[in-house]
Amino acid sequence: MADTSAATARARVSASRAGEKSRTSWLTTQLEDERVLGYVLLVPAFLLIIVFIAYPFALGVWMALTDKVVGQPGSFVGLANFAKLLDSDIFRTAAWNTVFFTVVATAIKAALGMWLAVLLNRKFRLSRVTRAAVLLPFIVPTVLSTLVWLWMLDGTFSVFNWILRWLWDLELSVFGLVVKEDFGYIRGPNWLGDPAWAMGSIIMANVWRGLPFFAISFLAALQTVPTELYDAAEIDGASGWRKFWNVTLPMIKPVAIVVVVFSFVVTFADFQLVYVLTRGGPYNSTHLLATLAYQISMHAGNLGEGAATALFMVPLLFVVIVLQLTYLRRIGVD
Amino acid sequence: MSTSAFVGETYRKRLIVFYIPLFLFVFAMLFPFFWMLITSIKTDAELYNRRVSPFLVRDPTFEHWRMLFQDTLFLQWVWNTLWVAVVSTGISLFAGVLGGYALARLTFRGSTVFSIWIFITYLVPPALLFIPLTGVMSFFGLMDSRASLMFAYPTFLVPFCIWLLIGYFQTIPKELEECARIDGATRVQAMVKIVLPLAVPGILSAGIFAFTLSWNEFLYALVFLSSPENKTVPVGVTGELILGDVFFWGPLMAGALFGSVPVAIVYSFFVEHYVSGMTGAVKG
Amino acid sequence: MAQILIKDLYKSYGETPAVRGINLTIDENEFVVLVGPSGCGKTTTLRMIAGLEHITAGEIYIGERLINDVPPRDRDIAMVFQNYALYPHMTVHENMSFGLRLRKLPKDEIGRRVREAAEILDIGELLDRRPKQLSGGQRQRVAMGRAIVRNPDAFLFDEPLSNLDAKLRVQMRTEIKLIHQRVRTTVVYVTHDQVEAMTLADRIVVMNDGVVEQVAPPQEMYDHPATRFVAGFIGSPAMNFLPCKLTGNGSGLSVILSDGIRLNVPANRESRYRDYADRDLMFGIRPEHLTEQRQHTNAEQQDFTCKVGVLEPMGIDTMVFMNIEGADVCARAAPRSVKGPGEDMMFTIDMQNMHLIDPESDRIL
Repeated sequence: MADTSAATARARVSASRAGEKSRTSWLTTQLEDERVLGYVLLVPAFLLIIVFIAYPFALGVWMALTDKVVGQPGSFVGLANFAKLLDSDIFRTAAWNTVFFTVVATAIKAALGMWLAVLLNRKFRLSRVTRAAVLLPFIVPTVLSTLVWLWMLDGTFSVFNWILRWLWDLELSVFGLVVKEDFGYIRGPNWLGDPAWAMGSIIMANVWRGLPFFAISFLAALQTVPTELYDAAEIDGASGWRKFWNVTLPMIKPVAIVVVVFSFVVTFADFQLVYVLTRGGPYNSTHLLATLAYQISMHAGNLGEGAATALFMVPLLFVVIVLQLTYLRRIGVD
Repeated sequence: MSTSAFVGETYRKRLIVFYIPLFLFVFAMLFPFFWMLITSIKTDAELYNRRVSPFLVRDPTFEHWRMLFQDTLFLQWVWNTLWVAVVSTGISLFAGVLGGYALARLTFRGSTVFSIWIFITYLVPPALLFIPLTGVMSFFGLMDSRASLMFAYPTFLVPFCIWLLIGYFQTIPKELEECARIDGATRVQAMVKIVLPLAVPGILSAGIFAFTLSWNEFLYALVFLSSPENKTVPVGVTGELILGDVFFWGPLMAGALFGSVPVAIVYSFFVEHYVSGMTGAVKG
Repeated sequence: MAQILIKDLYKSYGETPAVRGINLTIDENEFVVLVGPSGCGKTTTLRMIAGLEHITAGEIYIGERLINDVPPRDRDIAMVFQNYALYPHMTVHENMSFGLRLRKLPKDEIGRRVREAAEILDIGELLDRRPKQLSGGQRQRVAMGRAIVRNPDAFLFDEPLSNLDAKLRVQMRTEIKLIHQRVRTTVVYVTHDQVEAMTLADRIVVMNDGVVEQVAPPQEMYDHPATRFVAGFIGSPAMNFLPCKLTGNGSGLSVILSDGIRLNVPANRESRYRDYADRDLMFGIRPEHLTEQRQHTNAEQQDFTCKVGVLEPMGIDTMVFMNIEGADVCARAAPRSVKGPGEDMMFTIDMQNMHLIDPESDRIL
């Protein structure tokens, strides 16, 4: 061991020299302090957020208080934009549509998503492929998949209407009531052109796109529920429905709430769906706040009024964010 | 539920409560893609004939595909989208990894407040910011350039990446870093040599998810870009293939199909990462 | 191989104090065990020595150097963590050489040191494996190997055995002791297990509620605990505590446990206890000094009778539990001598090993 320790002693000298060298570097010493390092690491994120989120937000608030139109500096008009909007029928419809669309679509997505998640959570052949396939609507670009909905809901060539007519025809021919030549001239609903159907059609397309997100998130939560709980419930004599109600739901409630709130925010600010399907029509019956803000600012050029329209999203977003934050705090995230 | 749910379940019951509903769900989820495909390979004559069954393709043609690739700027749009998605994902991962690490691991004044702000910005929708951002972009002279999107997309990607990665970093035992620091590493070395290699799956998830989000973004691209040759796929297909009220359904569906293919490919290679990115984003 | 000096060490998290003024000198090559219940501040103290926790007040020296503001990497210490903290993405060899590579040692020197340490720990076969391919005991060895190759001034162990199963724990305990004998170095070892403390330590430091209760070599700690906490913490089964009254009986003193049990205090302790006569005190006796009735081997052994409560046969001895004036008392008796539950049994108590505790200060008199 004697020569070993001599060698190690030499090594230790060189080691401490290497240490000495690094100790002299001012930057290294500074970054050793987590208070310094923390700020340094946050600089890129901080800059991006300030320049491209915080500043634009403040600018948006300022624009909403002016009568700025494209290409001209606006002058301060106080709350005139907001007052004008509150007075306008189109705006009131859009605001109501936004709430209605968000609540109904989210509720349907949550219910169907839970159902699909429970189905996917069972063991069956091809389950992995099925899960991957079911997610497809969520991953492809929304506008592109919305185009196919536009085509499927077309006033003249809707495939749904073709099926309806076919069924109608089938029934009539069974009773021998109809001549073949009439086929194709019985009208189905005008999905997007009829104010009575348009909002429903939009919700349908939104559910189609958002459902996978709910299903897969719920599925991930379901998989964390320990099987013993089901075994215990079964031994206690619980039926399938009761197991779901008394075991599954309470166990995945934390995730479910976060998923619902998250989707709520995204649905609330949806733009692409309405933009592609109806552009707010027919007769402005399907405008959401986002599409109305776009129409006012980009088509009509009233930037101030458009910014004010977008700002009307803030109160509800704020409520949602506060709820979410307090909830996250309570379940101990962060 | 677990396999135990199968005990004593008859085939008939299973058919009704399981196979049929599952089949209907899968059918509904995939039908629009099928529709994209067959629309894109039908002749116009067939497309606009209401008397024949739309489910069959009598006379398949690749004319619409040819039109899409040869007569439109589609390939240019794919290139633009790819470029924008890669750069904005890169920027977001860079800022997100550093910021996520700082917020997950270091204690300093204001870290909690900053986390909350990140969370709030994470929930701020593009629809709220696009009007004033237009002003910011023209100030930097970036309007109608791909660079505008490279800076705009990180506004929703960075908060997302940070949020996701905070959760991932927290799963890596703190002792590994502490041990490295005792072994002779600086904080930065411990982060680069120990934590980051172990966080690769999380970083990959964030990256995949960010990539698909950028690929799919529509509103900013619609507002910031005007020249056809600068557009991304979503804006190009909807903007350039619809002329006024005239819809060229064949090329449109071909565009929708091929615009979806790249993300579908990325997705198919990284399903697990994508799913963990998605669920991780929600759980936080 | 250096002395560690801790002066008036304080640590608080916000308003909550974790360590409340510790003074301790750890000699060169000494094996010191910090032991105490969870939350007593032992791990916090160790982490302050390592540089992983900021020091609120006080000073720590390693050798001659004040290290309060020295980052962990420059303290020349090595640490073994409870969960081993092996780097999952590196092989055993890379794990062990990580610190040396950071210090830019020559390659052959690194290889030699790793081989040497691997030989000491008998893990030469495992050098190319990854941590997840190792068993718990092997991981433990690698963690120690990573510390040994560094040849540091001091080794810090943070509950290194608590993730192992009972059998392996005993085995690794012996091994750690052997390794310390081969690789002489200063060791600070934290555990909540008093048996580990007793078996490993040159000196034990018992901590409770952020302060040091007593510092002593194991046997001395066992024989002469300084406080009621130490008396109860060290030794298994734990010492019995019974409320008692100390009274004068003519020339001497006696302890009254109950109406029926009145024990004479050994003559050589009378001067020590004299001032506490006629006060309510706490009487302490270890189970091994309270046995079935035996032939007296010294003058201070006394007998008394009590009703047996529960019996717990351990094989070599049987634990007899009884109740004296509301206090549960455990005696250690020869298996064949015990009476059944509910029956009266004669016990012999060795008053030579009695302790008296002042309930106001909880100090042993």
